[in-house]
Amino acid sequence: MAHGPAKGIRRWLYTTNHKDIGSLYLWFSFAMFILGGAFAMIIRAELFQPGMQLVDPEFFNQMTTMHGLVMVFGAIMPAFVGLANWMIPMMIGAPDMALPRMNNLSFWLLPPAFLMLAATLFTEGGAPQAGWTFYAPLSTTYANPLTATIFIFAVHTMGASSIMGSINIIATILNMRAPGMSYMKMPLFVWTWLITAFLLVAVMPVLAGAVTMMLMDIHGGTSFFDAAGGGDPVLFQHVFWFFGHPEVYIIILPAFGVISQIIPTFSRKPLFGYSSMVYATASIALLSFIVWAHHMFTVGMPLAGELFFMYATMLIAVPTGVKVFNWIATMFKGSISFETPMLFSLAFLVLFTIGGFTGVMLSIAPADFQYHDSYFVVAHFHYVMVAGAVFSMSAAVYYWLPKWTGRMYSEPLAQVHFWTSFVGFNLTFFPQHFVGLAGMPRRYSDYALQFADYNMVSSCGAFLYGVSQILFLVIVILTVKGGKKTTKEKTWEGAEGLEWTVPSPAPYHTFSTPPTVK
Amino acid sequence: MFARAKQLSVLLLGSACLWGVPALAADSAGRSAENMPIGVTPVSQTVYDIHMLMFWICVVIGVLTFGALIFSLIAYRKSKGAVAANFHESTKVEIAWTVIPFIILIGMAWPATTALIEVYDSDEAELDIKVTGSQWKWSYDYIGEGVSFISNLSTPKDQIANLAAKGENYLQEVDEPLVVPVGKKIRFLVTASDVIHSWWVPDLAVKRDAIPGFTHESWALIEQPGTYRGFCAELCGKDHAFMPIVVEAVPEAEYNDWLAQKKKEAAEIRALTSKVFTLDELMTKGKEVYTKHCSTCHMENGEGVQGAFPALKGSAMATTAEGLAGHLDIVVNGNTSKGMPAWGTSLPDVELAAVITYERNAWGNGSGDDEPDEDDIVQPIDVYNFKKGE
Repeated sequence: MAHGPAKGIRRWLYTTNHKDIGSLYLWFSFAMFILGGAFAMIIRAELFQPGMQLVDPEFFNQMTTMHGLVMVFGAIMPAFVGLANWMIPMMIGAPDMALPRMNNLSFWLLPPAFLMLAATLFTEGGAPQAGWTFYAPLSTTYANPLTATIFIFAVHTMGASSIMGSINIIATILNMRAPGMSYMKMPLFVWTWLITAFLLVAVMPVLAGAVTMMLMDIHGGTSFFDAAGGGDPVLFQHVFWFFGHPEVYIIILPAFGVISQIIPTFSRKPLFGYSSMVYATASIALLSFIVWAHHMFTVGMPLAGELFFMYATMLIAVPTGVKVFNWIATMFKGSISFETPMLFSLAFLVLFTIGGFTGVMLSIAPADFQYHDSYFVVAHFHYVMVAGAVFSMSAAVYYWLPKWTGRMYSEPLAQVHFWTSFVGFNLTFFPQHFVGLAGMPRRYSDYALQFADYNMVSSCGAFLYGVSQILFLVIVILTVKGGKKTTKEKTWEGAEGLEWTVPSPAPYHTFSTPPTVK
Repeated sequence: MFARAKQLSVLLLGSACLWGVPALAADSAGRSAENMPIGVTPVSQTVYDIHMLMFWICVVIGVLTFGALIFSLIAYRKSKGAVAANFHESTKVEIAWTVIPFIILIGMAWPATTALIEVYDSDEAELDIKVTGSQWKWSYDYIGEGVSFISNLSTPKDQIANLAAKGENYLQEVDEPLVVPVGKKIRFLVTASDVIHSWWVPDLAVKRDAIPGFTHESWALIEQPGTYRGFCAELCGKDHAFMPIVVEAVPEAEYNDWLAQKKKEAAEIRALTSKVFTLDELMTKGKEVYTKHCSTCHMENGEGVQGAFPALKGSAMATTAEGLAGHLDIVVNGNTSKGMPAWGTSLPDVELAAVITYERNAWGNGSGDDEPDEDDIVQPIDVYNFKKGE
């Protein structure tokens, strides 16, 4: 029954194979990562010194908006979906995803969505410029109607893709586990993705609702977000963040899963507190639905509302802390080695925890009046988005690349990639805590002189981080094209799990006969 | 092994201290380049204390957590022959590190709650100021005093374009600052006329979103005279970075003098409504008003920005007699959904008349040559009658 892939372009257009679709997702997300990164480089180049040097403020706003949209929806989310496609069937002993044709469609919706979004850059009104959070009415009645309409259509398309992808993941995990693979035996990566997929199915329609209301305000004569017509601009923020807060956990939970696979491997010791990790993940997911308005502490909510959202937000620290403590306990009395996936995971652990600390600080509503919409917030969420999600993605690629390709990456080059990323990242974002506390608002195309020194440091760090991602691409291409062959089933001495029982590179079809899990 | 871990944790703590140190070198309002200002109101001081408390709690937890991590990484290296143990769960430990953080959080929630109650207590204010954000300036209205004005960025365009050296208060200076008395509880009623803005003055620990159609309250009691600078904190379009806030806090007597002067000026301007001006007078004043309020969007040369802001040069509205009513209407009432403010409420009639006259005669509008056209003069009384006729 086993047959190979089709030849040429049709292999990729028509494929229903989870590994092919996983690769498509991963390459697509990397392309978007480079595009979103290019936008970030323009931002940092303009902010290198006070004064307007390279771009005008309108284009600057387009860059911050597009950077956020492309990174969140184009780079990070599809990257983890790609990882899910590759790894979930192999981890649970399934031959493929449960709904392979829908899998193909959910990927192929993405390129047109992002082509549309990128095309707005070339329209008369330019790209969207209301920020990735696109608050109304700046994004509705005050936006260029053509740009806003294309943007809304692109968001709908991405949302449809995400919903299909998540339904597929849920169906696969619930129905296609190998005999003996009970829920509490599933690898943590599978668990975190199961919970993430439920979050996605719950909140993507809310985003779709928000942009549909925008569409009606622009073209349908409604006033959902226009006070003059009886609407409320703050309603937009409530709807957006009801999607937006779970969205950040959608991004970070699979990262938790990746780290929970890698740390035990290189500590040569089983994950500490497996069941508490599962419960902690579920708690974070549930809490994510009742904390959204902590993004809106300054909109003028009643005191009772502020207190509720403050307390609920502070609670998130508890399950998140449990995760961090469990990872450290996994390493305690282990036998630790420091290959690149482990280095990225350790950097994740430390930097994500710093992002967690600033998160607790931000949850304190009275202090948030000073932090809100300043660079302190920018620093905070890049510590969780970049050092959290992107570092874990780098870790995952190095960890599973030998399994995907049957070839080993160059360890010295990979370590250069790690250290340049680590140093570049911290140079970029650590000083942003300072300028934010000192009073620099975010999304500023130009700034006062007291912020100049740290902005220059930040820009230098960003260029280093940017260049180091090109090195990442080179390393991956070198590995795929001519890396040292490795046919061992188990690339890493301490690795556990079904994916390490199949040959390297993983054959086009795996587990046509389900394995038995004891 | 423990000694090394200890050294490292001292190092970590030391670098964390760097965050605290600059506060020592801060100025009278407690400003530094690295940390939140202590500020000059009781609320700002409470907020600063909470911020530092949370910071130090995080530092202590960080030192303990990262200390344990660094210890494990050093002590259990495979390269040093570490052999892995095989334990992987302990309910007692899990309960401990669930309950202990929870207790710490309760300890944090207590001061945060009392501070928040203080922030929300805007009752019994002695002075009410309405703050209105619009693209891209703030306007202030001293409620009950009949004094209101617009506060624009005063940094020269050449400095922004790097054609001139940047001044000390680059992008933090305005033509007319908000003047307030010290020692009085001031309530700010914050709203907006177009998109959402946010009025933020770090030294007062006031940040309040300015939302069109809604008014929200915030307050400050400034204890120390001085100049306090702030920014718009919510993305509001192109010139989001160019609408700063300057608050001048002065002793009460000085404030009263200033207010009296302002009231006098307002009365004088109202008196001008009935005066008839020559074309030259209107053109001079009109150019001044245009440069200050209109040129950001419609540009100095009247050509606007294609696709965003319409050109006035050669437009039917500004060149034909039939266009005059529309011209008065758009300037007085605005078209807020397209970004044009309703100037009728924020500028005196004399300035409105001057700027309309200027727009009808500058850039070759009017008679078709560069000479101003006598038929296109709008007097303050015309504006007054237009407003009345509505």
